[in-house]
Amino acid sequence: MTTMTEQTTQVYSVFIRATPDQVWDAITKPEFTERYFYGSVIDSTFEPGAPYLGWSSDRKQQFVDGEVLESDPPRLLRHTWRALYDEETAAEQPSRVTWEIEPQDGGVTKLTVVHDQLEASPKTALNVAGGWMYVLSGLKTLLETGEPLVSA
Amino acid sequence: MIAEMNDDDPVFRALADPTRRHLLDRLFERDGRTLTELESELEMTRFGVMKHLRVLEDAGLVVTRRAGREKLHFLNPVPIRLTHDRWIDKYTERQVSRSPTSRQSWRRLHDNHDRTDDAGLFRLHPRHA
Repeated sequence: MTTMTEQTTQVYSVFIRATPDQVWDAITKPEFTERYFYGSVIDSTFEPGAPYLGWSSDRKQQFVDGEVLESDPPRLLRHTWRALYDEETAAEQPSRVTWEIEPQDGGVTKLTVVHDQLEASPKTALNVAGGWMYVLSGLKTLLETGEPLVSA
Repeated sequence: MIAEMNDDDPVFRALADPTRRHLLDRLFERDGRTLTELESELEMTRFGVMKHLRVLEDAGLVVTRRAGREKLHFLNPVPIRLTHDRWIDKYTERQVSRSPTSRQSWRRLHDNHDRTDDAGLFRLHPRHA
């Protein structure tokens, strides 16, 4: 049996049959994020310096607090990340999430999520490991089939 | 270079080798490692390890990133998740559909427990659990 320590840089990647613009929309438009991002509504203007917020579907509870660091549609989005849904992660330093969108041959787009600067946030590091795997597989399924991975 | 997305062959082929599974286990414990680090734990030539890493990378199970002059190897669990959704869930759920509990209600139970956690985005899915 293996155990693992918290990873201070985590990388997740998926190939999606969609255009870079479609992938950009899926990660920035709340009507999409709600369907694969654990029901969360992402709320931001995606301008550098703007808040990057994640809300529950009913918009009553804030899950994620962050700030847009870099935005280059449809190629790159970078923002800070502090998870508010857990007291322990909310108390930690903000970490950083980078979405990289790269067109490939054959109508395929590669989406890579790098979650780093987790050195001061070990609870967050453990908390998100695995979570991104569901987010990316759900995003791929939604874009390729038009259906969320799990129907309610 | 790109693994065929709707084709599970590269993933199954990559997993069908004890050395490559061993490399994945090493990266699961701690990733972001160089070829030299990984090579030091295996009784194999550098070229041999490189070849195995290449197969894992082509299957999308390993992702490399440059950090200065170093090339770091990260475990990417997403293809395993997708293979699980496609191949494992399907066959294990069939057993459930035969049981007195209706598939629908079990499915909801499973979804509520395992997937849609309104109280938190990620908290039910720590990778080490």
